[in-house]
Amino acid sequence: MPTVSNEEAKAAVQDRSEAVAPQGRMARALDSDLFHAFLKSRITVVAAIGTLILFALAALAPWIAPHDPFDLASISIMDARVPPVWMDYSDPRFPLGTDDQGRDLLSGIFYGMRISLIVGFCSVIAAAVIGITLGLIAGYAGGRVDAIIMRIADVQLTFPAILIALLIDGIANGIVGNLDREVFAFYILIVSLALSFWVQYARTVRGSTMVEKNKEYVQAARVIGIPPAIIMARHILPNVMGPVLVIATINLALAIVTEATLSFLGVGMPPTQPSLGTLIAIGNDFLYSGEWWIAIFPGLALALLVLNVNLLGDWLRDALNPKLR
Amino acid sequence: MSVLDIKDLTVEFPSRKSVFVAVDDVTLSVEAGKVLGIVGESGAGKSTVGNAVIGLLQEPGHIARGEIYLHGARIDQLPYSEKRRLRGRKIGMIFQDPLTSLDPLQTVESQLVETIRTHLPLSSRAARKRAVELIDAVGIPNPGERVKQYPHQFSGGMRQRVVIALALCAEPELVIADEPTTALDVSIQAQILDLMKRLCEERNVAMMVITHDMGVIADITDHVAVMYQGRLVEYGETRQVLGTPNHAYTQSLISAVPRHDVRVERFPVVNYIEKAGTPQKQIDISTHWLGKVRDYEKVTGPLVQVRDLDMRFETRGSVFRSRRKYFQAVRKVSFDIQEGETFGLVGESGSGKSTIARLITGLYQPSGGSVQFGTTELTSLKNRKEVLAMRRQMQMIFQDPFSSLNARMRVREIIAEPIRFHRLASGNAEVRQIVDDLLDHVGLGAQAGKKFPHEFSGGQRQRISIARALATRPRFLICDEPTSALDVSIQAQILNLLKDLQEELGLTMLFISHDLAVIRQMCNRVGVMRNGDLCEVADCDRLFEAPQHAYTRELLSLMPSLDLLSRANLETV
Repeated sequence: MPTVSNEEAKAAVQDRSEAVAPQGRMARALDSDLFHAFLKSRITVVAAIGTLILFALAALAPWIAPHDPFDLASISIMDARVPPVWMDYSDPRFPLGTDDQGRDLLSGIFYGMRISLIVGFCSVIAAAVIGITLGLIAGYAGGRVDAIIMRIADVQLTFPAILIALLIDGIANGIVGNLDREVFAFYILIVSLALSFWVQYARTVRGSTMVEKNKEYVQAARVIGIPPAIIMARHILPNVMGPVLVIATINLALAIVTEATLSFLGVGMPPTQPSLGTLIAIGNDFLYSGEWWIAIFPGLALALLVLNVNLLGDWLRDALNPKLR
Repeated sequence: MSVLDIKDLTVEFPSRKSVFVAVDDVTLSVEAGKVLGIVGESGAGKSTVGNAVIGLLQEPGHIARGEIYLHGARIDQLPYSEKRRLRGRKIGMIFQDPLTSLDPLQTVESQLVETIRTHLPLSSRAARKRAVELIDAVGIPNPGERVKQYPHQFSGGMRQRVVIALALCAEPELVIADEPTTALDVSIQAQILDLMKRLCEERNVAMMVITHDMGVIADITDHVAVMYQGRLVEYGETRQVLGTPNHAYTQSLISAVPRHDVRVERFPVVNYIEKAGTPQKQIDISTHWLGKVRDYEKVTGPLVQVRDLDMRFETRGSVFRSRRKYFQAVRKVSFDIQEGETFGLVGESGSGKSTIARLITGLYQPSGGSVQFGTTELTSLKNRKEVLAMRRQMQMIFQDPFSSLNARMRVREIIAEPIRFHRLASGNAEVRQIVDDLLDHVGLGAQAGKKFPHEFSGGQRQRISIARALATRPRFLICDEPTSALDVSIQAQILNLLKDLQEELGLTMLFISHDLAVIRQMCNRVGVMRNGDLCEVADCDRLFEAPQHAYTRELLSLMPSLDLLSRANLETV
């Protein structure tokens, strides 16, 4: 009959618990399973680096762009529609050529990406704030409140983003007039994108909230006497943020594409503050007259940006979902 | 000759940083017609042994060393497809949860026939005939009709019978049952154990029962293997191992099993397991914050009076009152709890015990009746300030230590929250001091405050839960199955802690459990619940020695016999 002495068994216990967790927040993050899973996935690492580079280019546009496309003094109509450097009649000042007003395309892309990203981030944050708040309330309160909020969400889903943007754009133009359009275009875009994206957050958060609110830690908080608003904010919200992060990442790419679509259709950013979509729209007019570069290069930049962010979002979704691991 | 032979089995789970040895050098054998029990606490590696035998180790686990023989033929190195053929044909499995181990969209017959025809060369007519025979053999009345039914039309115990029939489909030589009765109520557990023992003998099948429950081991096994931290610490005939345990761990495991026949003052705890347990630091209650005079009114009568409490849940909503359907969870229940006593509520799952706890704390609004706390009618409170004052006086400890703590908050924040919220202390320094003292007092040590809940074991988390409940300086504590998710040795520690705290702080307790033995050790008076009704309320000793109600007598008669254990118990206590 094999037996083990107490000392031996205790030693075995100690052997197993020897792995000491590294100290410090940064060290812990670098040691986490999530980070190791990240390093293991080549595509994700490439996507992350690509995303970082594109973000840096956008953020540093005023310093690294060879020209300032908004500086009217520096643009000359004489430079209009110059082809990229490797073609005949090109100009070394404009590596990717120029558009119909003589603005450098490379600089235009940097600045355009900047605007696209700012609009994307702002609308994602606005949509998340609306969606999370309504989702938490609907999930926690339940009953009639839940029914009303979710029916609004259902109705909301029947309107495509473009339609909402056109509606708001039309109303806003009626109120503020066409002159101020350049000032308000940015805000109109964000509001219309936020209004079309919040439903997804609300639905996800509502579902997780309904699960969390029945867990015993929420009941414990209720037994202590903590009011619902604080329970939602302090106890439930941190526990439902995982899926929200994933949606936000994937939605960022979606928001950028939608913004580009709106701008292409002429209800987004005006030509004086071109986003990637606006640049593509400008190029579209010249696509059949041989000046393909005006549309293609901003299009490529948009595709790269969206692809990288999407890959990152997909990986995050898989990594945070224990069922797929 | 033995049916199953396991030699020097070692199972490893390599992870990024280290290799976890789940099963370490285990040698076992099972004979035909005999039952081998593997007993141990969570994490002992007992289920891993079973999974290694049927070749279903979860990735990245693998057999590092050792051999497994079935009837003398080695099976651990077979390719996957051959192992698959063994499962079901030669080795049957019985899983823990009968609710999830049957396919809800197929009739019992089609599940049985599918399994039979996969393994045996029978026509579908012969297979159907065999299915009916099997259902008959596992003691389901009216087998010819019941096989045509779907799993949801069977009760939990009946479903487990169906699962047993499935395991026996192809006349296996070995049946592995992993916690076969853990998800079942006591009354059903006894029947299922009887059935398993009988089938094993009648059909000359070797059976391996994996369980954490010493009662199950004492009931049906012929041999027992005690596992601890992946190792086999003791192995031999059940009668001998339980009667005269050699190893200190076996002794502590047996002595920690609560007894229903005699009441003891404290649970015998052999401090063998809890690694990070620091000795409980004593606080002078008379001077400490915890024991400071509270602004509670004196009560002359009972502290809690429950009168005609009624609770029904809507199961089908409708605009029309007549079309709504309800489930009556609690029906006209009345009882009193005196100041300073522990009142127990016992009953099987679904009997309404937890609902009563939630009605008293105000988590649910009752459909009828009243709860009086001191001189205050709880259901009549409208003012938020009055409600808060009541909330502070009663706290609750929940069943599941893994979901009762917010995973995103540090332990210190979790315990400080009620103190801050009710403004029971002034200044951060004082709150900090109180939290540290509380952690010390429940035996975790002030250092624990910096960590997050997931860094603790189930027993330690339950201590955090207790510290949080104490943080409002309550006078009434409701414990809803506080130890049913814990191992026995840890259960003993937690119950001792609750007893100590009650004595020191003069707490009044409502203690809810399905475990009669625990109730006997903890409570002064007991109420027995069944399907929402309170059948009997009696003093604890009276209830166990002279039960009045028929249901109480039935419950008591179904307790697993601990004769074998008692003897060992008396020697170690």
